[in-house]
Amino acid sequence: MMAACDNVASGSGKTMFFAEGALSNPLGPYRRMGLPLNVLLLSSIVKILIIAHLLLIGVMAMIWAERRISGWMQDRLGPNRVGFQGLLQPIADGIKFLLKEDLIPNHVDKPLYVLAPAMLLIPAMLTIAVVPFGGSIEIAGHTIPLQIADINIGILYILAITSLGVYGVVLGAWASNNKYSLLGGLRSSAQMISYELTLGLAIIGVLMLTVVEQGGSALSLREIAKSQGKNLWNWNFLIHFPAFLAFTTAMFAETNRLPFDLAEAEQELVAGYHTEYSSMKFAMFFMAEYMNMIVGSAVTVTLFLGGWHFFGLENVGGPILSGLISFGIFFAKTAIFLFVFIWVRWTLPRFRYDQLMNLGWKFLLPVALSSIVVTGFLWVTTDGNKLLIGIGNVVAAFIVISVVGGLLVMNKPPEVSTPEIAGLDTLESEGSS
Amino acid sequence: MEFTLKTLIFYGFALLTVASGIVVVTVRNIVHAAFSLMVTLFGVAGLYVFLQADFLAATQVIVYVGGILVLILFGVMMTSGRLEMRIHIERGQLLLGAVVAIALLMLLLAVIANTPQWKNVADDGTQLQPTTESIGTLILNGQFLLPFEVVSVLLLVALIGAALISRKEVRE
Repeated sequence: MMAACDNVASGSGKTMFFAEGALSNPLGPYRRMGLPLNVLLLSSIVKILIIAHLLLIGVMAMIWAERRISGWMQDRLGPNRVGFQGLLQPIADGIKFLLKEDLIPNHVDKPLYVLAPAMLLIPAMLTIAVVPFGGSIEIAGHTIPLQIADINIGILYILAITSLGVYGVVLGAWASNNKYSLLGGLRSSAQMISYELTLGLAIIGVLMLTVVEQGGSALSLREIAKSQGKNLWNWNFLIHFPAFLAFTTAMFAETNRLPFDLAEAEQELVAGYHTEYSSMKFAMFFMAEYMNMIVGSAVTVTLFLGGWHFFGLENVGGPILSGLISFGIFFAKTAIFLFVFIWVRWTLPRFRYDQLMNLGWKFLLPVALSSIVVTGFLWVTTDGNKLLIGIGNVVAAFIVISVVGGLLVMNKPPEVSTPEIAGLDTLESEGSS
Repeated sequence: MEFTLKTLIFYGFALLTVASGIVVVTVRNIVHAAFSLMVTLFGVAGLYVFLQADFLAATQVIVYVGGILVLILFGVMMTSGRLEMRIHIERGQLLLGAVVAIALLMLLLAVIANTPQWKNVADDGTQLQPTTESIGTLILNGQFLLPFEVVSVLLLVALIGAALISRKEVRE
């Protein structure tokens, strides 16, 4: 199949705009899986259209779900007037945002002020490109993988694109020329930089245990999902439980969600970095937050929760049905994880800034590092016994947390109580404890 | 060299890099310059992809765009939140900058002149190979182990030094 298509392409391809090789992914060999060029092109465009729209509809669904679930958790109804059970509420909101006057305050730095919402929204959308949202589907004799781009540095791509998200917040905050915005932006950038480390380190253990077939790359998300297999007890969240918790926590921090939403703490900073934004520009910040949640959930599901696998259910049915089922499984897992996002929001109160930094640097980072050391050590000494690695990781994380906690308690600086500056001292000792 | 989509993308990235680089050195507003530098670094990452350096491209974005430049912006915002923050350029700096830039240009021209044959990696038809694994093997299998460890220790020392300097004085 592939040889035939290559012959055709090399015969006429030299003068064509889409010459053969022009579409081989610049980020390493795109696993074309024997697809002819035109099928690859067509299927890619269809996949991009479907996923981009699913993401946008997902944002709408999430806004509705968040408001209804919040209402349910607080024993009230939530929006239920517009359409059946309030399902059309997000559309009404969207129309409202679009029709509102597009205000640009006089005191802002105009180019960056306009650019900032897009700088947050674009990385949020780009990340989904490398996430496999299902197994593969067979149409007209071609096996099409359910993933937009299977690049061999998938994980690095995700880390790189996620790290771009902070620009939208920082530039929006600075361009607003408003002290509340600036404070929010400072908090947010410090938080995102701190938790990015944990995010990256928590994945290393997973990569170590990812078994790939010849020619594959352990950094590809498809390979990571595939190597976890179909059974729950082989999924990474059990083998790397501390790393999974650290990763999830860092993910919450990266998306600026409660309990990490200091950047937009309404009691202190009005609305933080988007204080000066209104109408559709505000809506873009809002959409980016939800999009980040959806993509973050999808990445977590792929890395730790077995991707599209569920006890072999993904293999039931014919070549088309099994593909759709695998997509459904992935969708359901992502949805459950998104529910956890909302659940946590109404369970945990917001952290104080020093608590946030302590958690990130003194607990999550050591736990992620211990997970790397223990996984590597046990992988070599126990010949890859996953049960032992799982137990070892939990024990090591427990020891690390106890040691760090003990050290923090022992080294607590003595309280100084000079009457004149008592208030100041209390603040400072809290800041350094 | 025939005109392919890849050539077009390559020149797009090249234009992006050079144009935003010019903006970096000409614009007087420091945050605008920093933002422009982000575009430059991003463009350079794109050029790395065309040099078959996929790992380097991703690392470039993670380290420079996502890390170092954010810290620069962070520093600027910490020191001055005002919009009218301007860069003051003195004649000495201008002269020194020109000397360095011309020296670098000479060096690059010498390399270009002395290279017998130019080959565009993107166009020679060979499949691009992933580099992550080979880089990892080279670093940890002995050949570059010592430099790698030395750099690691250096960074650790810098980290501890920074923590020590920024530390609050402990009252007795």
